[in-house]
Amino acid sequence: MKTKQVSVFVSNEPGRLVGMLKPLSENGINIHALSVADSTDFGIVRMVVSDTEAAVKALHQAEYTVRVNEVLQYEMPNVPGGLLTAVVEPLADAGINVEYFYAFTESDVGKARVVLKVNDVDAAERVLRTS
Amino acid sequence: MWEPDYEKMSRQDLNNLQLERLQQLVKTAYEKIPFYRTKFQELGVAPKDIKSLDDVAKLPFTSKTDFRDNYPYGMMAVPLSDVVRVHASSGTTGKPIVAPYTAKDIDTWANLMARTLATAGAHSGDVIQNSYGYGLFTGGLGFHYGAERLGATVVPMATGNTKRQIMLLQDLGTTVLTSTPSYALIVAETAREMGVDITSTQLRLAVCGAEPWSENMRAEIEAKLGITAIDIYGLTEVMGPGVSCECPCKSGMHIWEDHFLAEVVDPSSGEPLPYGQHGELVLTTLTKEALPVIRFRTHDIVRLHPETCDCGRTMVRMSKVRGRTDDMLIVRGVNVFPTQIETVLLSVEGVEPHYQMIVDRERHMDELEIWVEVSEAVFSDVMSSLEDLERRVRAEMDSILGISAKIKLVEPKTIARTEGKAKRVVDRREL
Repeated sequence: MKTKQVSVFVSNEPGRLVGMLKPLSENGINIHALSVADSTDFGIVRMVVSDTEAAVKALHQAEYTVRVNEVLQYEMPNVPGGLLTAVVEPLADAGINVEYFYAFTESDVGKARVVLKVNDVDAAERVLRTS
Repeated sequence: MWEPDYEKMSRQDLNNLQLERLQQLVKTAYEKIPFYRTKFQELGVAPKDIKSLDDVAKLPFTSKTDFRDNYPYGMMAVPLSDVVRVHASSGTTGKPIVAPYTAKDIDTWANLMARTLATAGAHSGDVIQNSYGYGLFTGGLGFHYGAERLGATVVPMATGNTKRQIMLLQDLGTTVLTSTPSYALIVAETAREMGVDITSTQLRLAVCGAEPWSENMRAEIEAKLGITAIDIYGLTEVMGPGVSCECPCKSGMHIWEDHFLAEVVDPSSGEPLPYGQHGELVLTTLTKEALPVIRFRTHDIVRLHPETCDCGRTMVRMSKVRGRTDDMLIVRGVNVFPTQIETVLLSVEGVEPHYQMIVDRERHMDELEIWVEVSEAVFSDVMSSLEDLERRVRAEMDSILGISAKIKLVEPKTIARTEGKAKRVVDRREL
C-alpha cells in the first residue's frame, strides 16, 4: 500500500533529535515507523506518522527542513523468511530496485511491517499485491 | 530626479565645487581636530598645499583604528553641545566607532537619503517598510529620515518578527522594502512557508545594502519577491547609508560626489589607482560638520566608472562591492571573497546563498570549510543525493576558485545573523 513518508534533515549534534521529536509529541502525532540514515555531519530521519500534514506543519514551525514523498508500506507474517519470500524475492524477480527500507514488528498481532523506497512504486505495488 | 542641479552637474563644475569644499574641510580638520593636525605635521603637509583635487593624495589616511584610538569624541570638530545625535557601528571587538551629527548633518543626511531613495525608484506616495535595525546602527534611522523627507509613508518595522512583517506588508500595501539582502531572502522564504504569494502584493522595489551581495543573489531576490532589487552603499564612519546608490540602470552605484570625494587605492601600497581598476575605496567627507573624515580606508573593494550614466546622472559610479580587504581570506595563498563563494553556491541549482566560511589551520595547512544551509529545494530522503550535492558544490568551488573546500550541509538558521547581516567568515587560524 502506498503511504506518505516524512523526511527531516537533522544536524549531527546533541539535542537536534529532541528538537525534532518534541513538536511531534506536543501535537499528538504518533510515529508508526522511523529510521535514521547518517553521514558524518548530518542525518536523514524518515518516518511514517499518524498525521502527515500536521507533522509537516509542526516541523516547519520548529524550522526544520522537511520533505514528504511516497513510499510503500507492506504487512507480512512475522515468521522466519517472511521478509524474504513476501517482499524481497518478488521485487527482485520483477527487476525492481529497492533504494532503502526499514522494518518493524507488531509482536502483539504476529505481523511485521516494512517501509520500502523503490525505483518504481506502481510496479512494486502490483507485484506485492499479487505475490 | 531629487536634485538635478547636483546629480547632473558637469564634471568641471563638480570638480570646482569639490575643490572648494575640500579646501574648507581640510582647514577645519587642521584647526579643530588635534588628531589631524598631528598627522598633517608628521607628513609635512598643510591646508595651503591643497591646490587641486589631485593634491588629496598628499593627505593622510584615516583608519578604523584611528576612531578606536580617539574614542569616543576625539575626532570631533564641534563642541558636544552642537551634537544632536550619535550613532555607533556594531564593532565585533572592543569599543564601537562613534559617529556624532550636528543638526545640519542630520538634515544633509536626510536629504541625501531622499535623493538615494528617489534614485532607486521610490517616490512620495510609496509605503516604505523599513526593515533595517533601529538604534545605534545607522541603517534604521538613516532610511527612516530619508523616506520621510521623500514624502513617503514609513512603516518603521526594524529587522525580525518576519511573519508579522509579512502580514503588515500585505495589509498596509507596502510598495518598497528596505532591508539587508539576506533579510529580503528570509522574507521571501518565510512568505513561502506561510503560503503567502508575495509576488501578488503591491511590493515592487527593495533597496538593499549593509553587506556585499552578488548579481546572482539579486536575481534570486527579484525572482522570489517579484520586484526590482537596488543596491545601496554607506558606512557609519562617513555618514551611514546614502553615500551611493544604484539607479534603475543597475550599472553601478552613483556616489554623491558633491558630498563625498571618492578615490580607489591599491590596498597594500595605498597608491591611487586609475578609474576602472579594482582597489580599495577611500572616501573623504566634503560637508560633514561634527565628524569630518579625511581619506577613510573603507576596506571595500570596488572600481569606479566616471562615464555619464544612461539615467543622465554625471556622478561617478562604483561597482558592487566585490569584497572587503579584511573579509578577504587568503587560503593556501589564494584570495577568496565571500561574494565569490555566494556566486558558486547560486550556480548550483536549488542551493540558497546562506553560508559561512570557516578557515582553520591543521598541521600548518589551511583548511577551508563551507557551511551551507539545506533548503527544501535540495533536501532529499535519499542520502546519496545529498552526498552528490556536497560533491557538486565542492567540484564547482574547486574549478572556479581553484581551492578545495570541505562542504558541510547544516540545518536552516544555523548561521548566525545579526541586524539581518549574516556572518560570512570565521577565521580560526592564529596568524
